[in-house]
Amino acid sequence: MTAVMNQTTAREFSRIHGVGSFRPDVIVTNDDVCQWIDSSDEWIQQRTGIVTRARAGEDTSLLDMAEGASREALASAGIEASQIGAVIVSTVTFPYATPSAAAALADRIGATPAPAFDISAACAGYCYGVAQADALVRSGMAEYVLVVGAEKLSDVIDNHERTISFLLGDGAGAVVIGPSDIPGISPSVWGSDGSKWSAIGMTHSQLDLRDAVLQAESSPEGTALVAGTEAQLWPTLRQDGQTVFRWAVWEMAKMAKQALADAGVTAEDLAAFIPHQANMRIIDEMVKQLKLPESVVVARDIATSGNTSAASIPMAMDRMLKESPELSGGLALQIGFGAGLVFGAQVVVLP
Amino acid sequence: MASNEEILAGLAEIVNEETGLETEAVEMDKSFTEDLDIDSISMMTIVVNAEEKFDVKIPDEEVKNLKTVADAVNFIAGAQA
Repeated sequence: MTAVMNQTTAREFSRIHGVGSFRPDVIVTNDDVCQWIDSSDEWIQQRTGIVTRARAGEDTSLLDMAEGASREALASAGIEASQIGAVIVSTVTFPYATPSAAAALADRIGATPAPAFDISAACAGYCYGVAQADALVRSGMAEYVLVVGAEKLSDVIDNHERTISFLLGDGAGAVVIGPSDIPGISPSVWGSDGSKWSAIGMTHSQLDLRDAVLQAESSPEGTALVAGTEAQLWPTLRQDGQTVFRWAVWEMAKMAKQALADAGVTAEDLAAFIPHQANMRIIDEMVKQLKLPESVVVARDIATSGNTSAASIPMAMDRMLKESPELSGGLALQIGFGAGLVFGAQVVVLP
Repeated sequence: MASNEEILAGLAEIVNEETGLETEAVEMDKSFTEDLDIDSISMMTIVVNAEEKFDVKIPDEEVKNLKTVADAVNFIAGAQA
């Protein structure tokens, strides 16, 4: 007779136990931005809702920010690092393709030997991480999972271009997800649309960079050839703002409504709406499309943080709960969307 | 099927709703960006609302060709035909 194996025993529910954030201290104003692009403080505020963005100095790394946010989230959850069963870092700006940011972070905070891996899902990265953590906790694969969104976008911007760089900030946000007695994370509505792969992304690849460097090294005209390209040598971010805006508002409003439907709740049941902080006008238009009642608190952290990609939702959540602790226990709709294109949305019980 | 005059009137209402501009300001020869000071994000909102109002599809790559109000009216009329 074949021996009967063990399999992990599933749990019914999961929830967010704690949240934390790290905000870097270099404040970049719109007037600063106007030294690099032809614009004005008024124009930028009107068009994006951004007043300042926070960026990390040279001595603050992505891992430093991830560590700060993680320690705060662990403290807020009342969980020791040794209890963490998996570490997931969502980022598109860790400067090493391998090894992962998550492995280094797990070691820094003392979560070793927890499994650790990075997710590349840009501005949807945090919601992708929550989807993974929810599945790991409920399947019994892990008891507590640390999900971190961390970005040092200032490393991959070109201050002189005007499609995206002036929107971007740096920072990190983290949540601890673990077992729950009641449903704390709704079914994830997530997906991708690779037909819009080029709508947001890097100007060129690492291989293009390698070839350009080799060319520059091998011929006296090489440097000029390389400098003659429209983009800088170092790959930086670009977007097709109109395509992204249409998709972000009208397609994502459908996904947000789907997340509410799958959770079995309505907009009236929400305490908060925490969308990815991409642009205040996307947030405003989504609020309109979702017909959110006035009672729903809307995250607007972008005004002083800028767009921090995978970090934006947990940073906004952390700020919201520090400013309005009474929201704890209420339902929040969170939705991330970005380069891929990819998206993810859940309704969560606020920690 | 709407006439060009009806499309212009409908478009003017959409522009008014998005930007607050008087409907009379939305004339055929006006440029969205130069004359009406409509930025790319507002333009996209106008496009999506026009798609709904006139039951047409205006692809992303077509939006940059809609420089004047007449361009938009003609595109919508053509798409409805």
